[in-house]
Amino acid sequence: MNKLFSFLIIILLSFHGSIAIAGDDGKLKVNGNKNNNGYEEVGDCFEKINRGVFAFNQALDKVIFKPLAKGYRMFPQPIRSGTSNALNNLGNVVTIPNNVLQGQFKDAGVNSARFVINSTLGIAGIFDVASYYGLKKRDKEDYGQTLGVWGAGPGCYFVLPILGPTTIRDSLGSVVNLIGGDAWYNVTVVNDTQYFSEADYYASRLLSGIDFRAKNLESFDSLENNSVDLYASVRSLYLQDRYRKVRNIDKTTETLSDDDWEELDSQ
Amino acid sequence: MKLIKYLIIYLFLLNLNNYLHAKDPSALINEIVDEAALILSSDDPVESKIIKLNAIAERSVDIDGISMYTLGKYRKTINDDQKSKYQKLFRSYFLKNFSSRLVDYTNPKIDVVSQKKINDKYTIVNSILEATSKRPQVKIDWRIYTKNPDKPLIRDLIVEGLSLARTQKEEFNSIIQNNDGNINALFKTLEEYLIK
Repeated sequence: MNKLFSFLIIILLSFHGSIAIAGDDGKLKVNGNKNNNGYEEVGDCFEKINRGVFAFNQALDKVIFKPLAKGYRMFPQPIRSGTSNALNNLGNVVTIPNNVLQGQFKDAGVNSARFVINSTLGIAGIFDVASYYGLKKRDKEDYGQTLGVWGAGPGCYFVLPILGPTTIRDSLGSVVNLIGGDAWYNVTVVNDTQYFSEADYYASRLLSGIDFRAKNLESFDSLENNSVDLYASVRSLYLQDRYRKVRNIDKTTETLSDDDWEELDSQ
Repeated sequence: MKLIKYLIIYLFLLNLNNYLHAKDPSALINEIVDEAALILSSDDPVESKIIKLNAIAERSVDIDGISMYTLGKYRKTINDDQKSKYQKLFRSYFLKNFSSRLVDYTNPKIDVVSQKKINDKYTIVNSILEATSKRPQVKIDWRIYTKNPDKPLIRDLIVEGLSLARTQKEEFNSIIQNNDGNINALFKTLEEYLIK
């Protein structure tokens, strides 16, 4: 474990400092490059390999995840909502420590109260009773976002088999889950408790993926049918989404600058 | 002196005229959303729906502006012939893409909730696409180009914080970049999409 920790720290320090990324012109640029609207350009360092992995994931999706999501869609709406609520509730065990690490103490308090109320009165999170009491759902947070808030750049973009798009920062964030950052992982996989087994953890992760896929069946189909380069579209959407989440931006006016458009006067 | 007086009155009337004719960006979105909902919920054949939806897009979207935006840095390197060819191709691509994305919806309910003027050129209109049994509620923001207040035009759709124009730009730029900066590769891709 110590070795893994040292390895992580070395990687963290190296990518936080000055990781090289592939630029538009195929040359290497230094991380932290920002275009004229402050939007960070992220290098796709292993694009050829990434495209291969992406194609593999697409094939897997067609054969396994899409049919599963379609089947899941056949369940009545209350069952799907209950499942989604329970999975979201479980996600709080990662969100709460990240709220604290990002200095969002009010959100940490609200999410903790939501977790306690929904896990008990809401029967393992199936019913969102906390919202009824005025404790509205907050945005999810993860360790990748926390690293971003602390100033770590995204590093290279790459695609993982099955898990999909990520960056060096976000994948390191996911590693933190496996070394004690995710209480749900700790009680299911790491510690041998009599209440939960490893299977519970993997089932919840799989269900989470299917739930997400089922909610986005039509949007994915539309994207697939109308993209001229689906890989590039997914990369752009992923990076935009992470950019917004790291900065905890909710309003569009804060995410976009006019600089991108300023030269384009067509009226 | 009289001339100055007339000039002031003329300018005042001109300004008043502009004010009276200026179209509110939220009103534009409400208008096109209602019109599109009527078309989509009608019993018209799909082809007829597509023609009508395209007419709305031609009227209310700044297709030429978006076409240039989506070229990114490459818009500075193309010549006039390439520009004109690209704009024609993009217009057809955009309309096909736009109608085929929309035609799957039967009766989308979009509520305009607010708007914020960023500057004289842009206003962001915030709206919500209501949830259905199949998908959750979706936040849609519209970037409206208001340089000419009489004729505001849509330049971007930001769905749950994700800009469609930016996504399109990065998609096109990826195609050009992976073909050694050759814009003809993008033309070929668009032509293939159009005959698909």
